[in-house]
Amino acid sequence: MGKTEIFPLKQETDIVIVRQRVRKAAEAVRLGLVSQTKIVTAASEIARNALIYGGGGECVIEETTKDGRGAVRLVISDQGEGIANLDRAMVDGYTSGSGMGLGLGGAKRLVDQFAIESQPGQGTRIELWKWR
Amino acid sequence: MSVPVIAELLKKHESELLQEWIASQRAAGIRTDLIDEGTVLNNSRELLKLLSIAALGGIDDLGSAEWKPVRNMIEALSRTQSRQGFSPSETATFVFSLKEPLFAKIQANCADPASEMLKASQLLDKLGLYSMESYMTGRESVIREQQESMLELSTPVVELWKGVLAIPLIGSLDSNRTQIVMEALLEKIVQTESEIAIIDITGVPTVDTMVAQHLLKTVTAAKLMGARCIISGIRPQIAATIVHLGVELGDVITKSSLADAFSVALKELDIRLVKGSLR
Repeated sequence: MGKTEIFPLKQETDIVIVRQRVRKAAEAVRLGLVSQTKIVTAASEIARNALIYGGGGECVIEETTKDGRGAVRLVISDQGEGIANLDRAMVDGYTSGSGMGLGLGGAKRLVDQFAIESQPGQGTRIELWKWR
Repeated sequence: MSVPVIAELLKKHESELLQEWIASQRAAGIRTDLIDEGTVLNNSRELLKLLSIAALGGIDDLGSAEWKPVRNMIEALSRTQSRQGFSPSETATFVFSLKEPLFAKIQANCADPASEMLKASQLLDKLGLYSMESYMTGRESVIREQQESMLELSTPVVELWKGVLAIPLIGSLDSNRTQIVMEALLEKIVQTESEIAIIDITGVPTVDTMVAQHLLKTVTAAKLMGARCIISGIRPQIAATIVHLGVELGDVITKSSLADAFSVALKELDIRLVKGSLR
């Protein structure tokens, strides 16, 4: 228990690697198939945001526990422009780019715990938890 | 400008150097399963000849026109070797194994062997590095070719019935591939005048908003061309994820298996399959 790995997010293929590693971590802490798929999908959304809007960053994948249950904790951060209006960014259908505008809100609904910190000009840091 | 000492040595002792170079390559181990000794001998003789000509013009600037034949030959050899399955060290050994015989000649024939050896060493190091670079370029082009052939391989559009196409998607769908998938499907719709296209995502491990967006765009484009799309192969975990993501699939027909989607397609085309009667 307590395995932590850091992966760079510099190009599109890095997202594929992050998805694979998150799935491995989710299997390792014995999340169910649906939970595995949910955390992998959430990681994919946030990692792509970090790459496209944040200009690249990194993803920390941690196999840990939450109240005695196996859990995966992800911290995805970038040093990009940050999000000017967090409340608006979380609204479904709002996007500053060309996506569907569901990534942030969707990721939040897919995981058990979601925290976002973002300051304009300071980058964005998002923490995702999924447990058994 | 005086002729460099190394150029003189190369010219004067060419055949001896060749013998000793071959011997030292043999000592390092020649991959006789990949290359025969005759080829090694020819390559070595050729390179030695080119080297002695190029060295006449000075051995400091390998980027100059005099060194072009040498560079070309090393590049061609290293690239070929990278494709044939030689290891990087086996490829580099070809150039580096010339050091020993050349140093021996310098030792025996020069008044100031130390400084000439340094020069010779620098020269061969540069050529060795160049061969390594060419080797890597060869490898990279192999990888690129494989990637491209994989893109083609992974997007077969098959005709299940007159008017019914299916495209089984496998692996992760990122923008590059999805673009190709979409174009291939639309082209095939025109070609076969199909009315129904089944997009099967059984082999897609993750459906995030980008994948969903690509799928919806493909469906819309097909609709504009008069074809209906059915998305099949939606596994329970993917269904649960799509719901939480908040993706609306609109009026797209979805089925859990390709077989279900096919029977829907046949029904829409008003085709009934009848089991042969028993005699």
